[in-house]
Amino acid sequence: MSRPADNREQFRPRDHETDHFLLTTVVGSYPKPKWLNRVNDLANDEESKFTHEHLEEAHDDACRVITREHERAGLDTVVDGEMRRNEMVEFFADRIDGYEFNGPVKVWGHNYFDKPSVTEPVTYDEPWLVDEFEFTSNVAEKPVKVPITGPYTLANWAFNEAYETEEELAYDLADLVNIEIEQLVDAGARYIQIDEPALATTPDDHAIVGACLDRIVDDIDEDVRIGLHVCYGDYSRIYPEINDYPIDEFDVELCNDGYEQIDVFADPEFVPDLALGVVDVHTAEVESVEEIKENILQGLRIVPPERLTVSPDCGVKLLPREVAYEKMQNMVTAAREIEAELDAGEIDLDEPVPLAD
Amino acid sequence: MTERVATTPGLFPLPDPAKQQLSDLKGHQKGDLISGNESEEIVSSYETYRADVIDEQLAAGLDRIVEGQLRWDDMLAHPLAVHENVETGGIVRYYDNNNFYRDPQVTDELTFSGDVASELEAATEILEDRDADAGLQATLPGPYSLFDLATDEHYGDEAAFLDAIGDFLAGEVDAFPEHETLFLLEPSLVENPPADGVDERASEAIDTVAAATDADVVVHTYFGALEEKVYAHLMDADVSALGFDIVAGDRDQTLYNISEYGTKDSAALGIADGQNTLVESPETLNERVTWVDAKLPTQEFDRLYLSTNTEPFYLPVNKHEAKLSAIAEAADIEAEEVTA
Repeated sequence: MSRPADNREQFRPRDHETDHFLLTTVVGSYPKPKWLNRVNDLANDEESKFTHEHLEEAHDDACRVITREHERAGLDTVVDGEMRRNEMVEFFADRIDGYEFNGPVKVWGHNYFDKPSVTEPVTYDEPWLVDEFEFTSNVAEKPVKVPITGPYTLANWAFNEAYETEEELAYDLADLVNIEIEQLVDAGARYIQIDEPALATTPDDHAIVGACLDRIVDDIDEDVRIGLHVCYGDYSRIYPEINDYPIDEFDVELCNDGYEQIDVFADPEFVPDLALGVVDVHTAEVESVEEIKENILQGLRIVPPERLTVSPDCGVKLLPREVAYEKMQNMVTAAREIEAELDAGEIDLDEPVPLAD
Repeated sequence: MTERVATTPGLFPLPDPAKQQLSDLKGHQKGDLISGNESEEIVSSYETYRADVIDEQLAAGLDRIVEGQLRWDDMLAHPLAVHENVETGGIVRYYDNNNFYRDPQVTDELTFSGDVASELEAATEILEDRDADAGLQATLPGPYSLFDLATDEHYGDEAAFLDAIGDFLAGEVDAFPEHETLFLLEPSLVENPPADGVDERASEAIDTVAAATDADVVVHTYFGALEEKVYAHLMDADVSALGFDIVAGDRDQTLYNISEYGTKDSAALGIADGQNTLVESPETLNERVTWVDAKLPTQEFDRLYLSTNTEPFYLPVNKHEAKLSAIAEAADIEAEEVTA
């Protein structure tokens, strides 16, 4: 069963102008400032005078810039754009004992990924994200969301040399994610997003992901909002099973294919809150406010406004930075306009999307 | 006594320096991938790395040497992806893996291409230059797998399209330089088994391709065991050997198929995991071979080709090299006499 999803009100800004509140957020990654990429190169260059401390400082600067950029766009919850992270599996594998790296492997064409190998049982050594969270929440005026790559993806996107089955590895990793979330919560985190893109590629494993989530939320206070992000898959293969997941919010990419799959979630009734992708992250064309409002209405077909969160489809790191910013800004404007229209009773919640003529 | 031949299905991981160099030369977008009309700089870069992976196989002690298929950006779809009458569409998932290739959309007749033949000519020159004892092994997608990976926008019906792909591959093979072995990789027979009627036609298409060469033809299957009926039809194909995935969890099904329907006088055994970095020792690999032998007491093989189960491009380079050496060593271990 889903957790009781009454933990969203804490993210309503004090000065929010409407009665209705659509929580606006992002999935996580954001284009890195150009200088940060140059700095990363310098840090890898042995002949350069650039030290590890310099790199830390550069990361801090980038996190500060991007967190504020998120706030300027008007988002209700922000992240640091994952400025310190290189790749969603690599970053965590680097911090978990039991993983080793052997070199890049092909994903497609000349796109590679430093796919790690699990060579011994995974254990928790040092915090993965606590420093990052503390830094960002000191910078931010808005609540900070923490995206964490989920245990199923950390297992599935690695070579498994140490465990009898990938499932056992995923459960051990889920226990580590639980430890990390406990520490994040101690540090003040109230909004955690588990990213499980691998579920979309192997949907038959939905029960494993569910069992992982049970471990992840074990003993985590219900005031802490737990989201699950999945992207680019055939959702009919994991729905309605996700209704049984112990999560507050299911975050899904649907804008990319023009909401072709939205009806999947209409029956049976959707249980968790819905975090709906309302801008496409794979097109550099900025959607207009009007267009995004139409997309938000699609979400209202599935859940009522008090259970709808709006976000981009996925991380926006592949977009040009100004495009990413404009998409967020338009997304927030669209959400605020929809809230006002809901207050005014101008939206028919029984039929939010007008039928085609 | 069974002869053991150490080999590989081909489709190697790009050497690490090549990953960066070719990415810089070609670009990251789907339109930048291999087209068959590469610039001289790109051609020369591939020549260097082709020689490197051939030397690597010779050093490991393989009995058959592949060209490496480093240019095959679209994996098994490559022979179509570079064809002049094929348009490359969107990026689509490669079987059940976190890998993608460009959807080859066949828009006109599949005429002779010669792309793979010219790669093999280049490999032959290198082998001659090295005065190598090991023979050249050609690799191609099997006709059914290529049919399964592609989109038909010209032939109009499945049967005509599959036949056309068989004829196309046969034409390509006909232009190959001398080669000792031809591996036809047929993972689609496992992953997306042909329906009734298509299974028989898939076998006939293999015959068409196999008839174009005097070399030993091995139809290698992987990502699991074949369905019984697909196996039965595959046995009708006139080839030297069928190849089996001995790493996959359902290998008992493979042994059942062989027990029930027999197999060719030779077989290929995928004994090293092409999708896991754990490097099996030569002893472990040898145990896998003797396990198969012991489970098939009535079957005697003239020759066993030993290799990774899948194409090895999933692996990082260091682990791939280690696996090649282990396979070569396993092939050198004398097959123990199996007593009943």
